[in-house]
Amino acid sequence: MTPKIPPYIPMDTQPPIIEIENVSFAYSGEPVLRDVNLRVLPRDFIAVIGPNGGGKTTLLKLILGLLKPDRGRIRVNGDPPHKASPSIGYVPQDVHINRRFPITALDVVLMGKLDPKKRWSRRSASNRQDAMTALDRLGMADHARSRMGMLSGGERQRVFIARALVTRPKLLLLDEPTASIDTRGQAEFFELLKEINGEMTILAVSHDLLVISRYVKSVACVNKRLHYHDQAEITGEMLESMYPCTVEEVCPVELVAHGLPHRVLQDHEES
Amino acid sequence: MIEALQFEFMRNALMAGLLASLICGIMGTLVVVNRIVFLSGGIAHAAYGGIGLSFYFGWPYLVGTLGFSLAAGMGMAAVTLKAKHRADTVIGVIWAIGMAFGIILIDLTPGYNVDLMSYLFGSILTVPGTDLFIMLAMGVLIAALTIYYFQDLLAMSYDEEFAQIRGVPVKGLYFTMTAMLAVTIVMVIQVVGLILVIALLTIPPFIMEKHSKSLVQMMVGSSLLGAVFTFIGLWLAYRYDLTSGASIILVAGIGFLVSLVVDRVHPKMKNPHRSG
Repeated sequence: MTPKIPPYIPMDTQPPIIEIENVSFAYSGEPVLRDVNLRVLPRDFIAVIGPNGGGKTTLLKLILGLLKPDRGRIRVNGDPPHKASPSIGYVPQDVHINRRFPITALDVVLMGKLDPKKRWSRRSASNRQDAMTALDRLGMADHARSRMGMLSGGERQRVFIARALVTRPKLLLLDEPTASIDTRGQAEFFELLKEINGEMTILAVSHDLLVISRYVKSVACVNKRLHYHDQAEITGEMLESMYPCTVEEVCPVELVAHGLPHRVLQDHEES
Repeated sequence: MIEALQFEFMRNALMAGLLASLICGIMGTLVVVNRIVFLSGGIAHAAYGGIGLSFYFGWPYLVGTLGFSLAAGMGMAAVTLKAKHRADTVIGVIWAIGMAFGIILIDLTPGYNVDLMSYLFGSILTVPGTDLFIMLAMGVLIAALTIYYFQDLLAMSYDEEFAQIRGVPVKGLYFTMTAMLAVTIVMVIQVVGLILVIALLTIPPFIMEKHSKSLVQMMVGSSLLGAVFTFIGLWLAYRYDLTSGASIILVAGIGFLVSLVVDRVHPKMKNPHRSG
């Protein structure tokens, strides 16, 4: 096996887990992302924020290899996304899943063990054991045999995370993770993510930075272009320079400055 | 019913109905959970274009019909995968054109006047033994394919993107599923008619969906339920001299209404312990 080392790395940094270089993408001629660059280092907890239609979900799909960039290069863990995607734990938006579907929580988690190359060994006892362990870790073991449709939004979200974790990923991608959880459950949910973050890199797409802010280590603001902000470098001045986030419409997101002694919420200037 | 079974045509009708129930229980479950009922209707109606082709060119029934339905089905699947938001419109267009094309071709075929009613409602009481064997072979094929690809089909039906990330060849599998559906529809239409195919594809899986904990349960339950409807419908048709296809469908329709009422009165399958 050849070492998966990108051509250039500064001496003092680890190889990035996600590397996006000059990526552009358009849906039938309509540009969605333009010249996007991003390097996500291992153990980062990055929030991708931005207005609806700003390209957040497109970026996620590009990283997952579900879409191919028109221009530019994406590497996940040193591999092209479609090769790396089995080692990415993906937690989809709950609203996209058919709630009436006849399936138990355990069977959803077992889906994480799916490997089309090993057709006959899928439902082995060890797979079930792994699935139960993952459910147990998320406090969902008692619901293993419940129908997904009977669970609350927060519980379903936990099952989807358990499904992502059984793939033993290095990277966990979450699409709007707070959309189906009530405010009370959200703090608990993010504590859980914080714990998981000890083992793997997390990238969460959210239109709601307020909720996610306390837990993330860095923020990428996406609105056709991408602006990356490391925790240490976010200052009041930086907030001003993030203004491109709000071109056209007023950005629905409020920004949080992490580096400051107290969290500062700053409204965007109305132009 | 027992005395009715002394007639060969009743035995054949019952066998045809049971086989159709089995095949439609499996494919109907996939149709309902993938929400492609409209696509199934499109294939079933466009198939009439294939019947027209067969008559006009004097081809064997299956060559024209199966070929045309597969082509129509693949076209619809391609549109569904490529532009989901346009899919229903395009399916509607192919649906209408296929049917009109068939009727015109039959008009143009000299000296032949096929009965549209037999295409719509089939002729389950005149099923020849050879058709039963074809249906049986097809049932075995569909069941085998479903078992072999079960985990992939389950993942694709539940969460297409996740399935793709796990390495399931989603596009190929979707076309395969549509092809299986086209084959099912063409073969079963020949025996029980277009309307009964749609009814058996949708009603039993709809009733079973909320009472099943897995896709397998839903498939088995739908097949059994379809068989019960067929059995009762055929008996009523025999006893009261009614059109067999229509009475099977009405029995299924009553089953559908009963299940709605039962769920309303007895909503234990609804979310009992959560609010908001």
